[in-house]
Amino acid sequence: MKPAPFAYVRPASLEDAIAALDEHGEDSRILAGGQSLMATLNMRLSAPEILVDIGRVPDLAGIEETDAGLRIGAMTRHAEVEASDLVASRAPLIASAMPHIAHPAVRNCGTFGGSIALADPAAELPACAVALGARMTIAGKGGTRTVDADAFFRGLYETALEPGEVLTAVEVPGIGAGWKSGFMELARRHGDYAMIGLAAHVEVQDGRFGQGRLVFFGVGERPVCAVRSAALLDGESWSDALGDRIADALKEELDPSEDLNADAPMRRHLAGVLARRVLAPLAA
Amino acid sequence: MDSTVEIGLRVNGERATRRIEARMNLVDFLREELGLTGSHVGCEHGVCGACTVRVDGRIVRGCLMLAAQADGADVWTIEGLSDTGEIRDLQEAFVERNALQCGYCTPGMLLTLAELRERNPAASRQEIREFISGNYCRCTGYEAIVDAFEMARQRQGGPS
Amino acid sequence: MTDLIADRWLLDRPNSYIGRSVPRPNAPRLAEGRGAFVDDIETGGRTGHAAFVRSPHAHARIGSIDAEAARAAPGVIAVVTGRELAEIHDPWVGVLSHLQGLKSAPQYALPLETATWQGEAVVAVVAESRARAEDAVELVKIDWEVLPAVTDAETALDPATTVIHESLGDNLAWRRNADFGDIEAAYAEADHIVEETYVFARHTGVCVEPRAILADWNPGEGQLTVWHNNQCPHMVQNILATHFRLDEHRVRVIARDVGGSFGIKVHTYADELATVGLSLLLKRPVKFVADRLESFLSDIHARDQRVQGKVAVKDDGTILAFEIDALSGIGPYSMYPRTSGIESNQIVNLTGGPYAFDHYRAQATVVFQNKNMMCQYRAVGHPVKCAVTEGLVDAAARATGMDPAEIRRRNLRADDSYPCKSAQGLPFENLSHQESLAKLLDAMDYDALKAERDALRTEGVYRGIGLASFIEVTNPSAMFYGVGGARISAQDGATMRLDARGNVFVATGATEQGQGMEAVISQVAATAVGVPPERLKIVTGDTEHTPYGGGTWASRAAGIGGEAVAQAGRALRQQILRAAAVMLQEEAENLDIRGGVVVERASGAERIGLDEVGRVCYYRPDTLPDGFQSELVATRHYVPRQYPFAFTNGAQASYLEVDVETGFISLLDHWCIEDCGTVINPQLVDEQIRGGIVQGLGGALWEQCVYDSDGQMLNANMADYLVPMAAELPDMRCGHVVSPTFESDLGAKGVGEAGTCGAPAAVMNALNDALAPFAARLTDMPFTPQKVLRALGKI
Repeated sequence: MKPAPFAYVRPASLEDAIAALDEHGEDSRILAGGQSLMATLNMRLSAPEILVDIGRVPDLAGIEETDAGLRIGAMTRHAEVEASDLVASRAPLIASAMPHIAHPAVRNCGTFGGSIALADPAAELPACAVALGARMTIAGKGGTRTVDADAFFRGLYETALEPGEVLTAVEVPGIGAGWKSGFMELARRHGDYAMIGLAAHVEVQDGRFGQGRLVFFGVGERPVCAVRSAALLDGESWSDALGDRIADALKEELDPSEDLNADAPMRRHLAGVLARRVLAPLAA
Repeated sequence: MDSTVEIGLRVNGERATRRIEARMNLVDFLREELGLTGSHVGCEHGVCGACTVRVDGRIVRGCLMLAAQADGADVWTIEGLSDTGEIRDLQEAFVERNALQCGYCTPGMLLTLAELRERNPAASRQEIREFISGNYCRCTGYEAIVDAFEMARQRQGGPS
Repeated sequence: MTDLIADRWLLDRPNSYIGRSVPRPNAPRLAEGRGAFVDDIETGGRTGHAAFVRSPHAHARIGSIDAEAARAAPGVIAVVTGRELAEIHDPWVGVLSHLQGLKSAPQYALPLETATWQGEAVVAVVAESRARAEDAVELVKIDWEVLPAVTDAETALDPATTVIHESLGDNLAWRRNADFGDIEAAYAEADHIVEETYVFARHTGVCVEPRAILADWNPGEGQLTVWHNNQCPHMVQNILATHFRLDEHRVRVIARDVGGSFGIKVHTYADELATVGLSLLLKRPVKFVADRLESFLSDIHARDQRVQGKVAVKDDGTILAFEIDALSGIGPYSMYPRTSGIESNQIVNLTGGPYAFDHYRAQATVVFQNKNMMCQYRAVGHPVKCAVTEGLVDAAARATGMDPAEIRRRNLRADDSYPCKSAQGLPFENLSHQESLAKLLDAMDYDALKAERDALRTEGVYRGIGLASFIEVTNPSAMFYGVGGARISAQDGATMRLDARGNVFVATGATEQGQGMEAVISQVAATAVGVPPERLKIVTGDTEHTPYGGGTWASRAAGIGGEAVAQAGRALRQQILRAAAVMLQEEAENLDIRGGVVVERASGAERIGLDEVGRVCYYRPDTLPDGFQSELVATRHYVPRQYPFAFTNGAQASYLEVDVETGFISLLDHWCIEDCGTVINPQLVDEQIRGGIVQGLGGALWEQCVYDSDGQMLNANMADYLVPMAAELPDMRCGHVVSPTFESDLGAKGVGEAGTCGAPAAVMNALNDALAPFAARLTDMPFTPQKVLRALGKI
């Protein structure tokens, strides 16, 4: 199980990386942490002609506070995000998702941006990004642009990234007063991709919910923001009856896919279970 | 396009320079180019953890990292950590508690536990289990491995 | 029971190492990463690396093969088809005469006309590296004619279903019917007849070291050397010689470190024989190491049984009869040389085993299908027969309103009833079901646990307790395979030699795959001779340096290989004492060896060191009397003869919790009481049990080779085939009852499969106990969250 042959370049600057991607077009792939890409290369599910390793491009890694909130560099390793006090205090949703991402050795290599750019529909971070309204900073030949998480994740492993572009950072907005988040996922084994998961970010004032986002992963081709179900929260305090209404609404709203671990009815059912288990403590 | 690369790195404290195929992953490089066969190949898709090695102070999957990515890095394998004695207490506990049977997963398991004790020396049994949950062992059922970690820790004066 | 063999000389030896947790001599080397697994072996720059073009179809005729581009690819040494390889080898047929009526078709190293499962190796590529061989594999073009795939065992025998091997006439590999006692009379007498169907998924072994072979044919010497991670080097030697038309003494098979086997590495794999053929054709070393994706599609699969079971019980809980009807699909061929009928045969032979009942009827049907081949994997048939039996016993308990522990107490064979025969006529020598169950209930504090379960139920927490008693086949005699014509040795040999410095060399036909054989051998050898284990050198796994033996399978290595070592060690001790007696002008009977020193038997006073005995015998024989020639090497062989198998027994229990909203199951606790006779090394025994339990838990909760209706395996990778990992497992508590076998001086039975045998049954019964308040019941393994939710009516 060895990869097909490829060439390898390790640009020393973002400009060089973009130039290399531009030169080789669709024959090239960005190598970030490699924790997903390498497996697909080894299995020959993917056979690019050249890998552009952005591991040594300066300034792509690191976590910093900005006026708008938090900036997480695309090449920041999962382990660093997991251990970050800044993330724990400014983006607790992300902090609570980190231990669920694979296993320690993978988190040491895998990158925050790599997970976002891969856009695996069962992955934790894309859902967190959508729930928090994160913005993606993207560099390309023409300069830099930003894309909202909602618009970034387009479909199955499909994002707003154009050929030749590099995701450089994710900006997580500051958390408004009274907003709380909750995270839960169900996986057959610790560290496996989730059968289904929920990243919730909601406003709670005096025990009553306000606005909020319930973003499910593992239920479709991209993170799914259950807008209609979340709207039921507005103005309500927690009760079992509210939980039932949300669970019913989720069954209507979600159109999950099927895989070896769970069929669509099971995922619809579990969405309601997760919503109850995540939301009830938030209202307390 | 040239599908080879020249790399130079330190492995177990010794310098190694080679021109290799760019597609060669780190564990194959260690095994085939340097003869360090203590790191094992179990799945080649990042699940089993048998190829776990230490790169710049942190454990990685040797099958999910290109040797080219380790250019300039400081790499340690089971052979090196055995020679320095850094994990001798863990190894002795593994032998005494029979925390290894066939021994194929053991080098990766030991490197993972060595990192655990740096990061969370007082880990509970469940935390130990979760930390090694990316290292597959078909023989032991894992309990003896958890015991061995605790045994080594206790001998160093840590919690039992 | 009284000891039928008075001579327990071995267990009575002074300074005995038997019964002590002596560390394994080979463990430090493995803990330092300094093992020698097949892929670690260097044979120099001429080694060719094999990769295979594997069939993408479950069933397809092989049309023209265009290998031109592959042959021209960089680094390629050869591209070889089945027809080319067939020139130099003879096919094999996986049948045994004692499985009457079992049939199979001739199998070649690479198929000649038809590929019969997805993943079957069809064309071989040898290149200077594995990566380049894989590059060339992608360039081979095969003109496939896709044929209908036979996948569902239930319809494999329907007239409308394609026949996989036309020469066989149908897809029936084997059918066995068994009828003991008078089952209809039992049904007439019974107050309740409970019927239930149990399903066991296809599993595979997932040894963390994949199958690997390195074959080196030296035409100048006429010698084939094969490094192979196999459990049975002598069996492989015979097979390679037979099918490649070589003299057996010109074939050397070396099995050094083996990264787990569990029965996976005990079979004749076509791609491995192809690798040997490639070395013969190319006259150079050729290595093949299966990658993980290949492993899932070509390592044998196992279980895959659907069993309809019936139990007849009286109101007072007396079990009168069991009946089963088992169906299994085994893939397109019966595996060679052990056959793919044994799992079903074991189920027929062993169902109901722990219980005293007289009436039994069974049918087992084994069919061909276009899926990967099935054969023996750890605890062959045992998890199936145990779960069926114990599921039915629990069903009988429900029907009679009896506690699961109580119905077992009433029906388990009495501990003073041995020797006796099972309902199927199999002889039991010395078992301890009642004591094992009692110890189990005590260890788990059964009544308190039930009270806890009941209290938590009122709080909406659903926990369950499951019990399972079991028997295990160990120490197989020649009745297992040899009698059916297989050249698989049931006997084992040991050679022991005193070296000049007083150390002892031990070569054994038993092999090590991690279970701790070297430690067990060293303990027995050290005890039998009278030396500390550190003065021993153990050699295993090399047909050129070990006595002829069977290797490791069916939990035989300690009981049979160990007994051969005991006898060889005793013989060597007597040889040493004869020499020492001459030197000391003493009677040999008055001497013994303790701690590596010849001592006076009565007083223990030291007389002469073994190093001195060695020095004199080897370097200064001139100082010994005329007419005395020292002999300081002994070989002994052993095979059980009185009993076809040494049955062991035990009981397990599981305690678990079901999240009734998500269907997730949490394993909270697990207990096993086991009786493997003499316990040579308590720690190794317990670790065999724990590792075995976890493989059983895997089958109960996670593991399944999922196929679609076209015969494509859908989860043939480690991300999707779920093996048990550390975070989901409980700690396991082990205990023992000791009922030695009287057949050997050592008294040891096997223990390798007990854990795997009982764990699925215990989990199934615990799960159903947890689900009891909902009238939900599950008997279809693995018990996935989705199945639990369905049973609960949540989805």
